Amino acid sequence: MSLPPIGLLTVVTFLPAVGALLILLLVPRRHEEALRWGGLVVSLATFAASVPLWTGFDAGDADMQFEELLRWMPGLGVGYHVGVDGISVLLVLLTTFLMPVALASAWHAIEDRTKEFVIAMLLLEVGMVGVFVSLDLFLFFVFWEAMLIPMYFVIGVWGGANRVYAAVKFVLYTMVGSALMLVAILALYYQHGAATGTYTFDLPTLTRYILAPGLAQNLMFVAFALAFAIKVPLFPFHTWLPDAHVEAPTAGSVILAGVLLKMGTYGFLRFCLPLFPDASVDFGPWVYALAVIGIVYGAFVSTVQPDLKKLVAYSSVSHLGFVMLGLFTLTPQGLVGGVIQMVNHGLSTGALFLMVGMIYERRHTRLISEFGGLWAVIPGFSALLLIVCLSSLGLPGLNGFVGEFLILVGTFSVNKWLAAAATTGIIFAAVYLLWMYQRVAFGEIRHEANRRLADLTPREWAVLVPVVVLIVWIGVYPKAFTAKTEASVLALIAQVESKAAVARAPLPWWASR
Amino acid sequence: MIPAPPVALGALLPALIVFGTGVLVLLLDLVPPRTKDHLGGVALAGIVIALLGSISLWNHETRAFRDMVLLDNYALFFHVVICYAAALAVLLSIDYLRRNGVESGEYYALLLFSTTGMMLLASAGDLLIVFLGIELMSLSLYVLAGLFKMRLASGEASMKYFLLGAFATGFLLYGIALIYGATGSTNFDRIAAAAARPRDTLVTIGLGLLLVGFGFKISSVPFHMWAPDVYEGAPTSVTALIATGSKAAAFAALIRVLTVALRAAQPDWSVLLWAVAAVTMTAGNVIAIAQSNLKRMLAYSSIAHVGYMLVGLVAGGVPGAGAVLFYLLAYTFTTAGAFGAILLVERSDGEAVEVDDYAGLARRHPVLAATLGLFLLSLVGIPPLAGFVGKFYLFGSAVRAGYLWLTVIGVLNSAIAAYYYLRVIVYMYMREPEGVEVRLVPSFAGGVALAIALVGIVLLGVMPAPFADLAQVAVAPLLR
Repeated sequence: MSLPPIGLLTVVTFLPAVGALLILLLVPRRHEEALRWGGLVVSLATFAASVPLWTGFDAGDADMQFEELLRWMPGLGVGYHVGVDGISVLLVLLTTFLMPVALASAWHAIEDRTKEFVIAMLLLEVGMVGVFVSLDLFLFFVFWEAMLIPMYFVIGVWGGANRVYAAVKFVLYTMVGSALMLVAILALYYQHGAATGTYTFDLPTLTRYILAPGLAQNLMFVAFALAFAIKVPLFPFHTWLPDAHVEAPTAGSVILAGVLLKMGTYGFLRFCLPLFPDASVDFGPWVYALAVIGIVYGAFVSTVQPDLKKLVAYSSVSHLGFVMLGLFTLTPQGLVGGVIQMVNHGLSTGALFLMVGMIYERRHTRLISEFGGLWAVIPGFSALLLIVCLSSLGLPGLNGFVGEFLILVGTFSVNKWLAAAATTGIIFAAVYLLWMYQRVAFGEIRHEANRRLADLTPREWAVLVPVVVLIVWIGVYPKAFTAKTEASVLALIAQVESKAAVARAPLPWWASR
Repeated sequence: MIPAPPVALGALLPALIVFGTGVLVLLLDLVPPRTKDHLGGVALAGIVIALLGSISLWNHETRAFRDMVLLDNYALFFHVVICYAAALAVLLSIDYLRRNGVESGEYYALLLFSTTGMMLLASAGDLLIVFLGIELMSLSLYVLAGLFKMRLASGEASMKYFLLGAFATGFLLYGIALIYGATGSTNFDRIAAAAARPRDTLVTIGLGLLLVGFGFKISSVPFHMWAPDVYEGAPTSVTALIATGSKAAAFAALIRVLTVALRAAQPDWSVLLWAVAAVTMTAGNVIAIAQSNLKRMLAYSSIAHVGYMLVGLVAGGVPGAGAVLFYLLAYTFTTAGAFGAILLVERSDGEAVEVDDYAGLARRHPVLAATLGLFLLSLVGIPPLAGFVGKFYLFGSAVRAGYLWLTVIGVLNSAIAAYYYLRVIVYMYMREPEGVEVRLVPSFAGGVALAIALVGIVLLGVMPAPFADLAQVAVAPLLR
């Protein structure tokens, strides 16, 4: 029996697992420095392996690339089918980029059970990359569920005071959502099988099948959407997020905000829209409504947070609302903007969490009122924090602006009131971020402890600079990134439009043109 | 003079091997040396030979005693599951008995006899053999549950198990009698032929009584009351066998009775079992949340898992029944492994069974904590472990048969169950040690058992297709 050739995507997906196994077997737990370096080297190697996905990606081709297809459970129609298109390739790169950043940021923050931490993070990476590259519903579900466990450990073992509550809440929320998604996957599988005679979990095959509009499609859509909405999180399913973010260690928060939340929005894009086009169109107004509520509500709640990390956590609710809004406009601008905004949010919010973590390591507090006048003491930190805040609030020239602008253009073409409501989110983002920045960096130094703060160390510079470079790069030359996604996005829209054959129901007044 | 029927013992071969080993163990018990360690080895060897024999007999269908005993693929599949359960129980027992000062030859003999009963149940083609198998299995287990003669809990377990078990057997016997009265036979095929006309009241009542009897044996709600007390009080190695082998055997007979003998009454029993499955899953999981004793928690969890398996039975057909068989295989490895891991942890004053005892276990015994953690995650149904694939097949068959709501109840139950399984992981990994210090008992045989179970759940989780196909091949002839 000859082994099938191993493709690049398989290497990128499972390299962290191989690394984790080697670390488990070879590095004794007392050699903490070796463990940290081992984790960093493995994650850097994974990033290096994923770069050819980017450079070798043909932006003109809307189809899946780097595809691999192996039979896994032929009797059930389950295959090991992986591939990336212009949407997932960005997210894979985001994942492999953020993982070394997160591991490097945890150098001194994680001192207890380093071995388990490194292994958990690497396994987490396997799950996350696996979710983004899976083109088989069974395979996708396996990664989707398996990813929960390492994250559960990262929050529950290395988190803050209330970590166990946060970890359990995170897992239970996600499991309830994914349980119903499993039923919907099975229902779709049997419906497709009964209709075509081919029983398969293969996503491209299922996507070609036109599911009759009606109750069945709506129920399946709702089951999928619930799982993804919890993950995004879409208002009102967001309550696990502040707990998980606040309690997670910095590295966990970075991954959670940077990548895990994207799994929800990606799920909408990859599964809900093409599989259930009619339901996606029908439920669109509800998604708009929840997204806009999330944008405004998240911003309001952020404004009044006394805790830096909570502020950033709630700002995620607001930012992800923009992404959802963009995706469900089903316009090219909205979708491209949504995809770019996923990456932007991963970078900006990831960087914000990193910096909150850095200041927490120095002062052991995250209360905004404990700071003030930091610019005078630690100018390096303050300058980078300013850039990251400006990026997050959407200053032109930095990455956030590109995504939000495209999303709002897309939204405006669907409904101008909706766009107007969403735009307030940008204003409030400026309010809560700049107000926070003002209280932290400017003014008098009110606490003696702040006078002796040390500025960024070389390691911290090394962690932050790559992120900031990308923030500026996307802001100045977004075409390098949007060009990769455009073809896939247009193909997706064409697919949804052609499949959503039914006459569209009239939209409610608040969502019509 | 009554002509003696032709005797063909071939159909009983695997069961006879186990039974013969049991007799051998009894005899060896009488001769020196005084230590009993080698008896465990003998018992294990017998079980392994029976296991290999069962595998080699695959696809060689034999019938004997006028179709009372059937050695078809279906029986062989269960033989393999039961032999694995028994072998794991023996491996776990060897050091455990010595530790507790109850080494004895009759322990292994009884374990082998009860295994014989289980195997007989799997190959029963007649209600009388079902009765015989259940009695042989249960009587041995009643005694084994009370092995710790000096412990009140063990005595209570034995007594409760015996009284309720005997009561249940009474129901079973009534059911058999009524079905015999209605159809004139106790043979499955002849019952099926005679009961073909619909809605015979006597058959329906008989079916109900049979389900009561089986309900006790598989511990489905509302006949589950004995399970927590027995699981808690019985020696942990025996608990592992009760939870896996005896359950698999009872399911083997139940599936055959329902799908072969009473196939005409399917509309009746599938409605009944729908409700039983829903209530069993929910009650098992909800009550498990409140448990602080790990053995009790696993008892309620095993009740919940019975509910999942009943979903497959309700779904019916080759996919449904095949899913139940696969699930039993996966469940046997997972549950035996979980009990095995618990059995290796000890406090200074006895077994460590309270969840508090496991606080901070990962810090001191990382390997054992990780192993127990994996078994628990398999019970939750996290991929890529056996429990996930098992549930996937079960719920898949239910969706296929159109039982959407039952599936929804099932998957939501899985989410509820995550809470209490993960709580143990919370204690092991996310808390610091408190109270009495626990220690890990060194046991080579126990380690081997855990390793086998661990390989089992990973293999079944990553490469389930060959085993699931075997399960389907095994049930297909029943449903023709």
